[in-house]
Amino acid sequence: MDFDFTDEQRLLADSVGRLIGNAYGDFEKRQSYRATPRGWSDANWAAFAEMGLLALPFSEAEGGFGGGPVETMIVMEAFGRGLVVEPWLATVVLGAGLVRRAGEAAQRTAILPAVADGSLTLAFAHQERQARHDLHDIATTAQRDGSGWVLYGAKGVVLGGDSAGQIIVSARTAGGRRDRHGISLFLLDPATPGVARRGYATQDGLRAAEIVLEGVALPAKALLGTAGEALPHIELVIDEAIAALCAEALGAMETLRDLTVDYLKQRQQFGQPIGSFQALQHRAADMLVATEQARSMTMYAAMMVQAPDPAARRVALSAAKALVGRLADQLGKDAVQLHGGIAMTEEYKAGHYFKRLAMLAGLFGDVDHHLRQVVAAGGLPEAS
Amino acid sequence: MELRYTAEEIAFRDELRAFFRTQIPAAIRRKVSEGRALAREDYVTSQRILNAAGLAAPNWPLAWGGKDWSAVQRYIHVEELQAAAVPQPLGFNVSMVGPVIATFGSEAQKARFLPGTANLDIWWAQGFSEPGAGSDLASLKTTARREVDAFIVNGQKAWTTLGQYADWIFCLVRTDPTAKKQAGISFILIDMNTPGITLRPIITIDGGHEVNEVFFDDVRVPAENLVGELNKGWDYAKFLLSNERIGIARIGMTKERLARVKRLAQETPAGEGMVWDDPDFRRRLAWSEIELKALEITQMRVVAAQRGRASDKPDPSSSILKIKGSEIQQQATQLLMDVAGPYALPRPDREEEGLNLPSIGPEWADAAAPLFFNFRKVSIYGGSNEIQRNIIAKAFLGL
Repeated sequence: MDFDFTDEQRLLADSVGRLIGNAYGDFEKRQSYRATPRGWSDANWAAFAEMGLLALPFSEAEGGFGGGPVETMIVMEAFGRGLVVEPWLATVVLGAGLVRRAGEAAQRTAILPAVADGSLTLAFAHQERQARHDLHDIATTAQRDGSGWVLYGAKGVVLGGDSAGQIIVSARTAGGRRDRHGISLFLLDPATPGVARRGYATQDGLRAAEIVLEGVALPAKALLGTAGEALPHIELVIDEAIAALCAEALGAMETLRDLTVDYLKQRQQFGQPIGSFQALQHRAADMLVATEQARSMTMYAAMMVQAPDPAARRVALSAAKALVGRLADQLGKDAVQLHGGIAMTEEYKAGHYFKRLAMLAGLFGDVDHHLRQVVAAGGLPEAS
Repeated sequence: MELRYTAEEIAFRDELRAFFRTQIPAAIRRKVSEGRALAREDYVTSQRILNAAGLAAPNWPLAWGGKDWSAVQRYIHVEELQAAAVPQPLGFNVSMVGPVIATFGSEAQKARFLPGTANLDIWWAQGFSEPGAGSDLASLKTTARREVDAFIVNGQKAWTTLGQYADWIFCLVRTDPTAKKQAGISFILIDMNTPGITLRPIITIDGGHEVNEVFFDDVRVPAENLVGELNKGWDYAKFLLSNERIGIARIGMTKERLARVKRLAQETPAGEGMVWDDPDFRRRLAWSEIELKALEITQMRVVAAQRGRASDKPDPSSSILKIKGSEIQQQATQLLMDVAGPYALPRPDREEEGLNLPSIGPEWADAAAPLFFNFRKVSIYGGSNEIQRNIIAKAFLGL
């Protein structure tokens, strides 16, 4: 039982904290990154590459640093504090995570170094409109065509999908729409004929894309790993993304809590700081209780995402996402209420934290969905 | 970062687990598990078994039978004790007056009181709250007037838990009526057999006799029963109240209770299936389990942060543990009552034992509603949850 960081982890937390402090300390900078065509900063991405963040979870053989879920948690918590807009989750956790788990050696060699040096960003096109949160609900098809494949289907809300250099697409090579078996992954160059990509801004300041695949012909080598066997990899990588999102939510929640408490001390009404009113003090106290519970559950997620039993891992991650999602949603709303009118303005940053938290709560499965998973499993796994 | 225990800690846990489950009588543990009131003998029997094995007061100084345990080991001890439904060693003895006497008492007081306090030969009651001094404890009015070799105590204490069994009571009394609030309070020990003491039961909404009023009418207390310095009682009370960090959230107990809720829900018919098949019930149970898991890790973080530190200086995280712990304890008693369904209604005709003879519904169901009623107390006592929020707002957030 140990909740301390190692010296290396502490060093990482300090370095990332400094980097994000510089790049995002002035909130205007974030707005300026969003205003660029891709919606994020090349300079920040280059700084991530230089610090090794783009290869953080890669093994040393893959040219990385062998970072685990705790390292991801450290990075994402710092990103949450700054409301970082760069597509690190989409590229490093989701995209590269799938390449590392499902890919052959040649595919890993082709992709991972380019991710590490910052020249290639990735996205995971998996979500389909009818599936909502069910990871196995895939209607997009990939049919054999000689030695290659032809893809038909539509993918929605692909995080970072508008600017990604390569997209990993899930498609069915066997079975019916809701079968667990028969799902495969493909590496897709978005410039391939038949790919229609519509990029857009999201409510929380990030970017995403709708991607339509209309008879997209791919060569045999585009298949990532073994045909029909992708679901376990997808479930693992989505669980890793959920653990990462919990950490991002935690960083954003703590920052928003502190911002709110500072405001309660400054804002004067009735001739005194509004923080002297007990009705507001108690809600602020509840925000602190919420962030501590969220920190505990984020640590639980980071530790359980490494659990050897996939069933236990998935229930634990659902529990974490359900609770952190609920706490994040509530804290965001409370922060706006405690601030009052100022938090309704586009100019002030509290509203942006609120919006990110509200969207995080629904990403990769909303609270109801994840609670259903815990219910279906009959409760949480027993601790060892 | 590592959630698991070391091999040594697992061995320690397994040893305690086996001890609690084999050495403490099953009949006593069953009462605890079902949330029924314990008889005085149940507490005494259980605590003496623990004390004989050196497990009653591990947080005391080594010289008085304490253990040189790490924070993790003390945490495991409390968790395993609760999970095995062993009655907690009497908190008034081992967590409250014992550490105060051991830390601030005279050598004579230590020798006279500590062995019997650990062994529950002396049953202590707590005389802090008064009718007019609840959350605002420092406004207490019970006075102790100094005479040559004695104090003369007059006043009234309220909510004196299990005072009907008490041999002694430790009291906060006002010894300097001119001083401002906290400054004029002293900590004294009073023999319950002293003339002038009257005890009156308060029957609570669950039908139980757990708390009492204690009246002091010119009660003569030998001067040697003052603990520490005159007018320093408030400091000792703060020390005492900050002592109960590990275990305050009663996570082990709630885990055991939720496991029981689950088991009973699986055996209690409801229409075409069992209560367990109701998704709305399962959802509420899942929320309690999830929140308990988060709280368990919060508690582990507090314990881990204490590791290697010599003293347990008070930490405002105890307010978080108190708020969430009490909420989840209350949820668990509500879920249990909901499993009982219509058979939560029959009121036990043997109120002390919390059952009907013969049973009306399932035997366990008789105690479900009284337990739910009784557990409203956990968000009120020990500094109400609103007081805890005041503490967080002031101590943590600087509001």
